[in-house]
Amino acid sequence: MTATPALTPSLEVAGLAYAYPDGHQALYGVDLSVGRGERVALLGPNGAGKTTLVLHLNGILAGGVGSVAVAGLPVEKRNLAEIRRRVGIVFQDPDDQLFMPTVREDVAFGPAAAGMRGAELEERVGAALDQVGMADFADRPPHHLSFGQRRRVAVATVLAMRPEILVLDEPSSNLDPASRRELADILRSLDVTVLMVTHDLPYALELCPRSVILSEGVIAADGRTQDLLCDEKLMRAHRLELPFGFDPRSVSVA
Amino acid sequence: MGAGHAHRLYRPGHSPVHALPPHCKLAATFGFVLVVVSTPREAVWAFGLYALLLAGVAAVARIPAGLLLRRLLIEIPFVAFAVLMPFVAEGERVEVLGMSLSVSGLWGAWNVLAKGTLGVAASVLLASTTELRALLLGLQRLRLPPLLVQIASFMIRYGDVIGDELRRMSVARRSRGFEASGIRHWGVLAKTAGALFIRSYERGERVYLAMVSRGYAGSMPVIDEAVATRGQWAYAAVLPVTALAVCLMGWTL
Repeated sequence: MTATPALTPSLEVAGLAYAYPDGHQALYGVDLSVGRGERVALLGPNGAGKTTLVLHLNGILAGGVGSVAVAGLPVEKRNLAEIRRRVGIVFQDPDDQLFMPTVREDVAFGPAAAGMRGAELEERVGAALDQVGMADFADRPPHHLSFGQRRRVAVATVLAMRPEILVLDEPSSNLDPASRRELADILRSLDVTVLMVTHDLPYALELCPRSVILSEGVIAADGRTQDLLCDEKLMRAHRLELPFGFDPRSVSVA
Repeated sequence: MGAGHAHRLYRPGHSPVHALPPHCKLAATFGFVLVVVSTPREAVWAFGLYALLLAGVAAVARIPAGLLLRRLLIEIPFVAFAVLMPFVAEGERVEVLGMSLSVSGLWGAWNVLAKGTLGVAASVLLASTTELRALLLGLQRLRLPPLLVQIASFMIRYGDVIGDELRRMSVARRSRGFEASGIRHWGVLAKTAGALFIRSYERGERVYLAMVSRGYAGSMPVIDEAVATRGQWAYAAVLPVTALAVCLMGWTL
């Protein structure tokens, strides 16, 4: 904890282990550090503990061993309000994420829950909707939007809280190719740390220079996304498969 | 998807009635209905005046009479009950068209019919000129318990989502050759209802998780506060106050 603020990682997970109350152990000691401004993909087969890890990042699950810190602030009960402002989780189903009657109110929910009101709130909501290109839809009810639009609004709902780290659960699921690309453009344009949980390996390669593989409750690999995807033995060992015809070697990554 | 339930009743417009703050309209409607039900049923002319008042509101709100009358049809099940009363009530009887009817039953039927119709008409006017969302804000402003307002607002938000889920389940059933055609199939429908309940319950948990993740700590933040000026309150009060005058005349005359 001697690092200067600029060098404090956005996310620091150390020795995190967790077993559900029914005895099922999901995490067996996870160590992960994500630097400020990094975009990291969290890969892994179903049941590897990805969701469990994500729910630890903002303190919804707790009580196991190990520690989580967001920009130096430990995830503990007394810090929860601030932690939940700093960690913006975008859940997989936008119908779960968007629970208010209109888009505008939904985006305003987070900042308003933190006590923001009036012109400042309006400005915050407008800025977040602008970032995802949905400013014209502010007064629509969420269920009148297309799926891709709803996903973008879901991103705006957490951007409005000015998070330290954006955590996306399967951001490309159920999106048509155009919406998928639009979302990628938006994510690239944001100046925020991103942790992206995904099965969509080409999407991870496109957006995230670095990837970690979570398998059987531990971080099994951590490195350049392209290197990991090209390591056939590693990929097979963790039930990761590339889509038919996709060769990660053929892609040049910036 | 398509248009939600939220919009079927509302008729968009820019009339002075549309522009009134929702809590003024709610209070005015409630006041009007209270006045109407406390009018003695023998003052038949008073109910005529009430109807004229509502017609005036409809004219100001530019709600066509046809629409208003069509929406009044929702009242029919209650009317059926009122129509029965003259036949079944006890007491003094009169001959009308060769049928023996009870006098107190006739008054009872008239009472239910007149007051019910006026109440429904007032509600129809309120619903046609106020968006559902605005109604919730109004209720919140009128200090209805916040939990009730929250429940109502989630109902609006998720009504369509759950309706879609039900439709998908029905399509899946029919795709496998199932048509509900009789009492033997009620078991399947009951299981569908059970599955829908469990799915909705699980969705509720996921929504709660998303809310907690964004800082929800038990109470909804007030994002839009409905505010009304003294002038708007006065304007909204015209209807119940005029009605009250009519009502007092009904009692004294």
